[in-house]
Order: sequence, then structure tokens, then C-alpha cells
Amino acid sequence: MEINMTFLGQMISFAILVWFTTKFIWPQLNGAIEERQKKVAEGLAAAERARAELKDADAKVATEIKQARLQATEIIDKAQQQANQMLDKARAEATAEINRLKAQAQDEIASMAQRAREQLREQVGALAVKGAEKIVQREIDPAAHKALLDQLAAEI
Amino acid sequence: MASEPQGGLTEYIQHHLNHLTVNFSADHFWFWNLRADSIVVSFVLGAAFCLWFWLFARKATSGVPSKGQALVELAIEFVDTQVKDTFHGDRRTVTPLALSIFMWVFLMNAMDLLPVDLAGWLVHTFAGDEVAHHTYFRMVPTADINTTVGLSVAVLFIVIGHGIKAKGGFGFGKELLTAPFHASNPIAKLILVIPNFLLNVVETLSKPVSLAMRLFGNMYGGELVFMLIAGLMVSWISFVPGVVFNTAWAIFHILIIALQAFIFMMLTIVYIATAREHH
Repeated sequence: MEINMTFLGQMISFAILVWFTTKFIWPQLNGAIEERQKKVAEGLAAAERARAELKDADAKVATEIKQARLQATEIIDKAQQQANQMLDKARAEATAEINRLKAQAQDEIASMAQRAREQLREQVGALAVKGAEKIVQREIDPAAHKALLDQLAAEI
Repeated sequence: MASEPQGGLTEYIQHHLNHLTVNFSADHFWFWNLRADSIVVSFVLGAAFCLWFWLFARKATSGVPSKGQALVELAIEFVDTQVKDTFHGDRRTVTPLALSIFMWVFLMNAMDLLPVDLAGWLVHTFAGDEVAHHTYFRMVPTADINTTVGLSVAVLFIVIGHGIKAKGGFGFGKELLTAPFHASNPIAKLILVIPNFLLNVVETLSKPVSLAMRLFGNMYGGELVFMLIAGLMVSWISFVPGVVFNTAWAIFHILIIALQAFIFMMLTIVYIATAREHH
């Protein structure tokens, strides 16, 4: 427990040590540490930013896809509608054509039948007149009995 | 200190408590004794610390640090965190101071873990019996009151310096005379000058004394216990318990080594922080 010159020596040593640490050790190492902290903070911020951007892009892509799908459906619907319309139109046209042709045919048939009937009537009239001539054995004046013969022909 | 050689534990311990002393005056006045062992060991350790940290500080990179740099940075960040928690101000000089104290005291304390007879054995082996009988060498500089007082008085100067820097010479002097007892009228103030001054002197001086005595007491006591345990190993009967006790004490001492270094550093920071506060 004797305090002597050693005490002064240790104080000087300590002073030198503190000076050296303050001058040559602390600034360099602390600078490196602080710079690294800054870098890490920047890196983390960049990662966070990138994540947010990715999220935005994802949302955008999702809306885009949704819109495209909607559009596609719309186009398909329209096409189908158009096809249906065309089909309906074609069907209607065909039906009309068929009806027209059918009517035409019927008219023709009707007129032909009419014609046949008239010919038949005339022939029957002639036959009737000839038959009657034969029956009465005498000549009937066609002019005098025309009205009677016409009536007969119409009745047949 | 050692009287006539008589053998036994007492003589062994007394021998080990002597310093390697050099005297620088003609009349061998005690103050001019220089404890060469304390000075050399502490200087070597301080230099080792400087070299170690400087080598990494020189090529410190802010990129991916090497393992060595990471270790050094770990120590620095540990100290800086402690300083940051206690001292709120410019840390550019305070943290290096705390780091120097912590590392130096830690290394000096760690010398306690070297075998107590290592130095003696080396002298014995390389210089022979005759020299060994007259040569003393203590490995632990912090078990020398001169080292701890040197440290704590230097810390006291630094603390006072911080006080003056924070409050100015006049403010510091004024606080010395008017705190901790305050008065509003001038006469009471004048009366309180004397007790205030005395209290402040006692308070200021108690700081280095407590710092120095705490560290010295811990390390001196620890060293003494190591010597007592070493005394156990002289006989074959007590050799095994001696080894067991030595190991146990050494493991426990690791805690004390780090703790005392930490306490010394922490108290220094606290003193600086208080010195900068206004009362």
C-alpha cells in the first residue's frame, strides 16, 4: 500500500492510451460501423420499396387480366349473338322461300286443276249433247238449247 | 518485506507480494520507487490493445467485416451502447475513453489468471536460483494500488475537465460554492459557502478513492486467494483439492475480471455525465 512514482507512470500510460484510442482506433471503427448501419438501413428500405412495388404490379396485373377476361367474354357473347341472328335470318328467309314456292306450286296446281275441270266440263257437255242427240234421234239446235246445255255443264 | 527466509506459506505469500522495484534517487526516498513490474506489464498490455485494435481500425471496412473486425466492433459497440444509455452528449471523446478503460483494465485484470508462479519460474529457469531469490515480479498491475490510483486520478481530472467545459470556469466554481445547499438571500448564501465547498470537495475526492480502492481490493484479494490455493499444492495430500479450488476460483474470477473492468468504465461514464449536469 505504498503510493510512489509508479502512480505517475501509470497516469501517463493511461493518458497515452486514451489519446491513441481517441485518435487512431475509435474514429475509424466507429465510422465503419455507422456507414454499415446506414447501408443496412438503405438496403432494408429498398427491399421494402421493392416489395410495395411488386404488390402494386401484382394488383395491376390482376385487374388487367380481369379486364381482358371480361372483354373476351363480351366478344364471345357478341359473336354468338351475331351467329344466332344470322341463323335466324337465314331460317326466316328459307321459310319465306319455301312458303313462296309452296304457294306458287299450289296456285299452279289450282289453275291446272281448274283448266282440267273446264276441259272436262266442255268435253262432258259435248258428250252430253251427243248423248242427248242420240237419245232424241233428232237434231237439236245447239243455238236453241245452248242455255240448257250450259246449265247442264255447270251442274257436272 | 520478506524477513529471513523461514519457509512455509507465510514466507511464500510475502515473497509473492513484493514488487520489482527500481529506485531513482540517491537517498532511496520511498516516493522515487518505481514498480517496474506494474509499469512494464500494464504498458505491454496497453500496447497490445492499441496494436490489436489499430490493426483492425486501419483496414476497417463498412462492407462485410472479417471475424477479427467483428470481434473488435463487438467490443466497441458494447461500450458505446453503455455510454449512449448513460451519457447524452458528444460521445466522440467519451466512448474512446470508456473503451480504453474497459479494455485496459480487463486485460490487466486478466493477468490474474496466469499461474502465480509463472513469472518466478521463468526467472528461475533463465536467470538461476540466486537471481530468483532477490527478484520479485507481480503479474497483475491492477493489484497494485499505484495503477488503480493512477487511473482514477486521471479519471478525476477528466471529470473535472468535463465539468468546466460544460459550465464554464465561473459556473463550475460557482456550483462548487452554492450547491448542494441552496439559499435565496445573500447572507444565507454566504454562510452556506463553507459547508457547500467542504461537501463538494469530499464528494469529488470520494470518487477516485472509491474507484481505485474497489478495483485494487478486488484484484489484490483475488490474487491473495490464488496464492493461498497455490500453497495447498505443496503437499501431495492437498494437491487434488488445490487443483479443484484453483479451477473453481479461476472460473469465478473470470466474472470478477470482466465485472470490475465494466464497473470502472461505467462509473467513469456516470461521473462524466453527472459533472455535465447543472445543479
